[in-house]
Amino acid sequence: MIRLLVVLGLSLAVAGSAAAQAPSRVTVVTSFSKDVTDPVKKAFEQAAPAFTLEVQNRNTNAGVKYIEETRAKNQVDLFWASAPDAFEVLKGKGLLAKYQINATGIPDKIGAFPINDPEGFYFGFAASGYGIMWNTRYARANKLPDPKEWSDLAKPVFFDHVAIAAPSRSGTTHLTIETVLQGEGWDQGWRTIKEMAGNFRQVTERSFGVPEAVNSGQVGVGIVIDFFGFSAQAAGFPVKFVYPSITTIVPANVGIVANAPNRAGAEAFIEFLLSDKGQEVLLEPSIRRLPVNPATYAKAPADYPNPFKDPSLGSRVKFDPDVSEKRTNVVDALFDQTITFQLDNLKAATKAIHEAEAALAKTDNAKARALVKEARDLVAAVPLSATEAASPEIAGAFTGAKEKGARQAELENRWAGFARDHYASAKAKADEAARLAK
Amino acid sequence: MPDRRVLDINPSRFMTLALPTAPARAKTAATATPGQWAAAIAIAAFLLVALVIPVGTVVYVAFTEKGTGDFTLVNFVDFARTDLLVRSTWNSIYAAVMTVLLATALALPLAVVTTRFEFRGAALVQTLGFLPLIMPPFVGAVAMQLFFGRSGSINLLLGDWLDIEIPFMEGLNGVIFVEGVHYFPFILINLSTALRTIDRSMEEAAQNLGSSGLRLFRRIVFPLAMPGYMAGASLVFVKVFDDLATPLLLNVKDMLAPQAYLRITSIGIADPMGYVISVVLVLLSVSAVMLSTLAMRGRDYATVQRGGGGLARRALRPAEHAIAWVVVTLILMLVLAPHAALLMLSLATVWSYSPLPDGFTLAHYARVFGDSSVYITNTLLYASLAGLIDVVLGAAIAYLVLRTTLPGRQWLDWTAMAAVAVPGVVVGIGYLRTFYGIDVGGVPLATLWIVIVLALAVRRLPYALRACYAALQQISVSLEEAAENLGATKARTIRRVVVPLISGGMLAGFISSFATASVELAATLMLVQSNSDAPLAYGLYVFMQSPAGRGPGAALGVIAVVLVAICTLLSHLVVERQHRRQSRAGAGPAVPGATG
Repeated sequence: MIRLLVVLGLSLAVAGSAAAQAPSRVTVVTSFSKDVTDPVKKAFEQAAPAFTLEVQNRNTNAGVKYIEETRAKNQVDLFWASAPDAFEVLKGKGLLAKYQINATGIPDKIGAFPINDPEGFYFGFAASGYGIMWNTRYARANKLPDPKEWSDLAKPVFFDHVAIAAPSRSGTTHLTIETVLQGEGWDQGWRTIKEMAGNFRQVTERSFGVPEAVNSGQVGVGIVIDFFGFSAQAAGFPVKFVYPSITTIVPANVGIVANAPNRAGAEAFIEFLLSDKGQEVLLEPSIRRLPVNPATYAKAPADYPNPFKDPSLGSRVKFDPDVSEKRTNVVDALFDQTITFQLDNLKAATKAIHEAEAALAKTDNAKARALVKEARDLVAAVPLSATEAASPEIAGAFTGAKEKGARQAELENRWAGFARDHYASAKAKADEAARLAK
Repeated sequence: MPDRRVLDINPSRFMTLALPTAPARAKTAATATPGQWAAAIAIAAFLLVALVIPVGTVVYVAFTEKGTGDFTLVNFVDFARTDLLVRSTWNSIYAAVMTVLLATALALPLAVVTTRFEFRGAALVQTLGFLPLIMPPFVGAVAMQLFFGRSGSINLLLGDWLDIEIPFMEGLNGVIFVEGVHYFPFILINLSTALRTIDRSMEEAAQNLGSSGLRLFRRIVFPLAMPGYMAGASLVFVKVFDDLATPLLLNVKDMLAPQAYLRITSIGIADPMGYVISVVLVLLSVSAVMLSTLAMRGRDYATVQRGGGGLARRALRPAEHAIAWVVVTLILMLVLAPHAALLMLSLATVWSYSPLPDGFTLAHYARVFGDSSVYITNTLLYASLAGLIDVVLGAAIAYLVLRTTLPGRQWLDWTAMAAVAVPGVVVGIGYLRTFYGIDVGGVPLATLWIVIVLALAVRRLPYALRACYAALQQISVSLEEAAENLGATKARTIRRVVVPLISGGMLAGFISSFATASVELAATLMLVQSNSDAPLAYGLYVFMQSPAGRGPGAALGVIAVVLVAICTLLSHLVVERQHRRQSRAGAGPAVPGATG
């Protein structure tokens, strides 16, 4: 016991001295994998020998919580992650510091999305778009056609073959859903999403769960951010990736944490990321992100997607971050309550609709057709309108707003009940239609 | 033979026995010494600082009203009104019960064959049977899917040959299957320890009275090993309740632990419901443990003779030997399939939608070679420190609860057990909140690696506690009384009699805590400050975020498993040797290690 105490004491002393910060250490909290951070770290330390980069890997949520909890005595210089909404959260809580970048050659917008925070709290250093990736071996074995558009994924042939990450868990998926909602409008957007969702095999709880499942062939098709598809290809997996025409290109960001212990190092790192050298690192096969400096594409391989040249990449949708921000939590909770946690019911209804339509294709029947339409409308219905979703009363239930109001749990249970009942009657109607058409 | 040594499983008879024994025990224990008080206060303080306060800073939200922050129970009413959560509760209970049954079916044959019979390779079987407990996060999930999943090796082959698909990994049944395979070692290790320490004379008495074979096992041996079995079974039950990795891996979300986790870790959701679920989890887990204590109350499992070789080991006839081998091999093949898949994954070039990888390579090991030495050192340091703390605390709590009359001693047990039900991420956030403001030599306390050790120790304390508790239950207090009658002080009795007697249970507890701590991630991820302080699980997490990192991640996973396996094997060998030495020491109530 005494020996143990001595060991503990010694180790404490050692740890204490080791943790004393060297002046040139730049600490960054990031959600990026080693595949991204290692080459960047190497290139940065080469370009700026005065600094060493200390990488703390946490997922985006944990990273935000960490910075929030440690704000009293902050030890972190930079936050570096994909999802712009995480930066919005940090900015909203006053956890980011303003900075004026010196790097040149970077335009204001990529697609329809502003590259940098207009108020100067965080900066885009790479861009990514959302799309569909699929496993070619799986597709061949299950005779799946190559998908091109979101609506393709709603076809009966893809039933039980599609995976997505829950938007409440993955900032990138959230933006995909929001893009569809803004691109097609609230009601039509939810219709498209739910028709796709009827084919979901799984709704994973982390972004990387989707490419992982597609890579290993557990599911055929995944809705993912582009670099997951590209880097999987680079790693040799039998997968392909496509951008649908409704997609948005959004920047991955970096920002200086308020009261950064090594402010100079933090600035040097941002400048490096935006420099020619830093932008070129993004082209490495294991990273494969889209540089925000148009000049860098000259050094890219021939088939590299270029959002500055290719007008179909992300410019069709006018993405409005304000609209998105107002209803973020509502969209996420709605998705979870009506899709993620009701997936079995939704799939049962979808399957019944597919079967009824297959029967109708053989022998047409006007009454059955009307029933199928009713069933589809029932599935597509959402318990609240776009105006309600953005209203402060509803949104307030999710942000822990100080005023009294509806509790999140009450709303959620109501929405879940709405979805469950609608799916059940949709299934009944579709079954009835199938019986009529036989 | 003293009366109290007779285990009575007939309730009517136990009533008559319980009357005389209870006061007798109360008399011996009535003298709560200052030392006992000091120990109890120290443990209470530890639990308060390392568990109650940090977790309280996070969980109190469950009891506050939205908007005003006033105390309220309305959130619990919401819980009971929400269909999803009610469904989740029942699903969790169902899965936990079924998993205990499956785990028993897997653990019982292995435990019996290796402890009751002359069976070569018993240590190896015990070690291999223990491995399933060590499933590294993320990569273990991938490996299992590649093997058992819908497009896994088995189903691809079955599809080719027979055109059928077995849904190993679908829905609640999938959860039960995976958790059963994953957690049965808890029963195996505690049951084996209990079986080893049963008094041989009990068995002989039964044999003299004509009992043998299955009847002997059913009526005498298994009931005597009940404390060990209950320790293991209650851990499995509670663990299934609180495990979120497996349901999430199988995409089963309507269970309690995943619901709590999903809510707590979503950005921007300041909803109390996640914490309400955590509180419900803690309450249900603690009541499961209370129930198991209640079920065993009033029964005396203690035997006086210790270390006399335990039960006689019967030699197996050749045919029996063959059957035993077949059974053991089949079970081991099933439970080790995930590890085989993990090994294959670590050697695979690309493995996608095919029964076997496309090719094999050692490149992944080369990639992790540079990084892994610091991870390995850290893991061994953290996990063994955590295991040590757990065993010391576990044994102390078990002693205080079972041997003293301190008021409120049960609370130590229950509080410590509550740790098993607190989600790791809550512990992580709570630690940051509590310890970040404390300055140690200019840096926040929460940034020191010792805090990771503390978090690991608290999270794994229940394992060691249950093992020590079971071991102490099997020991007759009369041995301690004898020592004290001969003039030994309480402290000396504990050191020279109690600790040596429960060393088997303490070791079982250490191994459980150590092994599971070495692959813990949830709390660690919140607390790791730099790569040089990171344990293996963190390194694994970092790799498993990209497609190219899958192989290296698996390689790190294999290293973790091998590392823990070696440590486990070593400790088994130590136990076996000690055991043999005691057997040689001859008949009579020899006290193991009393000379050391």
